[in-house]
Amino acid sequence: MSKSFLEVDGLSKVYPDGQGGELTVFEDIRFALEKGEFVCIIGHSGCGKSTILNVLAGLDEASAGNVVMNGKEVKGPGLERGVVFQNYSLLPWKTALNNIVFAVQARWPKWSKEKVKEHSERYLKMVGLDHALNRKPSQLSGGMRQRVSIARAFATQPELLLLDEPFGALDALTRGVIQDELVKIWEETRQTVFMITHDVDEAILLSDRIFLMSNGTNARIAESVKVDIPHPRARATIFQNPAYHKTRDYLVDFLVNRSGSALPEKDGSPKVVEPAKGVAQPEPAAAEPETESETAARAVNA
Amino acid sequence: MASLNVRAALLSVSFLILALGLWEMATQPPEAQTGMTEYEMLMGGADQESRVPPPSAVIKLAWTELSNPFYDAGANDKGIGIQLAYSVYRVLTGYLAAMAIALPIGFLIGMSPLMYKALNPYIQVLRPISPLAWMPLALFIIQDSDASAIFVIFICSIWPMLLNTAFGVANVREDWVNVARTHELSPIKTALTVILPAAAPTILTGMRISIGIAWLVIVAAEMLVGGTGIGYYVWNEWNNLDLASVIFSILMIGVVGMLLDLALGKAQKLVEYKE
Repeated sequence: MSKSFLEVDGLSKVYPDGQGGELTVFEDIRFALEKGEFVCIIGHSGCGKSTILNVLAGLDEASAGNVVMNGKEVKGPGLERGVVFQNYSLLPWKTALNNIVFAVQARWPKWSKEKVKEHSERYLKMVGLDHALNRKPSQLSGGMRQRVSIARAFATQPELLLLDEPFGALDALTRGVIQDELVKIWEETRQTVFMITHDVDEAILLSDRIFLMSNGTNARIAESVKVDIPHPRARATIFQNPAYHKTRDYLVDFLVNRSGSALPEKDGSPKVVEPAKGVAQPEPAAAEPETESETAARAVNA
Repeated sequence: MASLNVRAALLSVSFLILALGLWEMATQPPEAQTGMTEYEMLMGGADQESRVPPPSAVIKLAWTELSNPFYDAGANDKGIGIQLAYSVYRVLTGYLAAMAIALPIGFLIGMSPLMYKALNPYIQVLRPISPLAWMPLALFIIQDSDASAIFVIFICSIWPMLLNTAFGVANVREDWVNVARTHELSPIKTALTVILPAAAPTILTGMRISIGIAWLVIVAAEMLVGGTGIGYYVWNEWNNLDLASVIFSILMIGVVGMLLDLALGKAQKLVEYKE
């Protein structure tokens, strides 16, 4: 039996409910990630997405189940798993550059000072911040801080990148710009990424697969939705692809109508869904007329 | 319209002139109407001597003292600079010793809830003790008045540093600790590169409170142990009934205390960060 790069097996988290009982936030979470995949996970608040991510990061412990990466069980945090936190988590007394130097030094302690600096600067440049190397986080906007944080995570070249709603606190315009940057840096590095998001469009733009979680308590990863849109993708043109609308409709329908009752396969693994299967890929320049499904999606968005 | 600073300075100076003027007028000897009474002549005019000296006399004395601050004419007659240097030396020695103990223990207490719970009762009992209450015990055990004064400074400056360090360390944002954890930093590296800079502003606040308390206490301690130091100087001049010297040394205590506080304030600025 061939093993996947990352295997999550039977994860659950139980908290005391404060009245002597127990509260199972999620249970029997099973999934696998392959090397180089970009996977997003979507679910309503309270389903335990962040806890799953923290367990993968080694910052939190599951009540049951285990996580195996590269054949080794994940116990505690490690440099082979990089994390981008929602609130950036930059060290405020260090400049943007030194925040990255800090991480790069931890990753490769034997590197010379020049090599560390050169490497760190390269990654800051990738997110378009080469003009702000020596500014402290307090002198950067929210979007710029999150870019530094993303650059820090990519600079350590972890085998698995965990992004906890990285754009949740940003305004829509900034979010779009940084999504483009994330697409760019990911196309360059092809890192394995596991990301939490609340934004359906963001998930489709970035992911190869999207995990859909049912509602907590006792939340499960019910379905694994394949995003059948070729790379490289761009935010400005992706909605011209008919597969985009099929996928989007499917996701919105799940979140609005079915997330309360959806269940995974009997063996606990998520149901594999391909909503855009068989949809013909358009010629790159062809503009699509507005479809019925797009109108419906807007209605949901409104 | 002059800037706020200029206006504030003008107002400050006028307050000073007003206060000095009132003081000067209030301490003028009364006009001798019929010369001295027989009693006064017998006393050599002693009742006039016992008045609080006017500011002009204090300023005149300050001028002579400050123009030669380091003269040494025997045990009971040393320059103000020497006396202040003794006091500053004692304060800094006791303070540095307290730092050497308070910062590591504060770190320990801040990082370990177990140690916090175990040590907190002792800290709460020892902290409110007036540092001077330790003096007899210190004199008996150490058998040296100078070292006893230093010990008193040590004991009084340890608490604010200890508690602020523990508080600062315990309240470092969890995100930053998580950053250290995901980068696999060793505990020592985490303490030095993440927790120390994160807690530094709080620690420096404790150190600033401590230096203030130490400077308050040294005067009283030196009045007790005697020999040298600004506290001894004040008491000695009181025994000499030289009130101009007493007032002058009170002012010098204020000036040195202010300088110590300014130095710590500058250090605080260096480690501050904005989130």
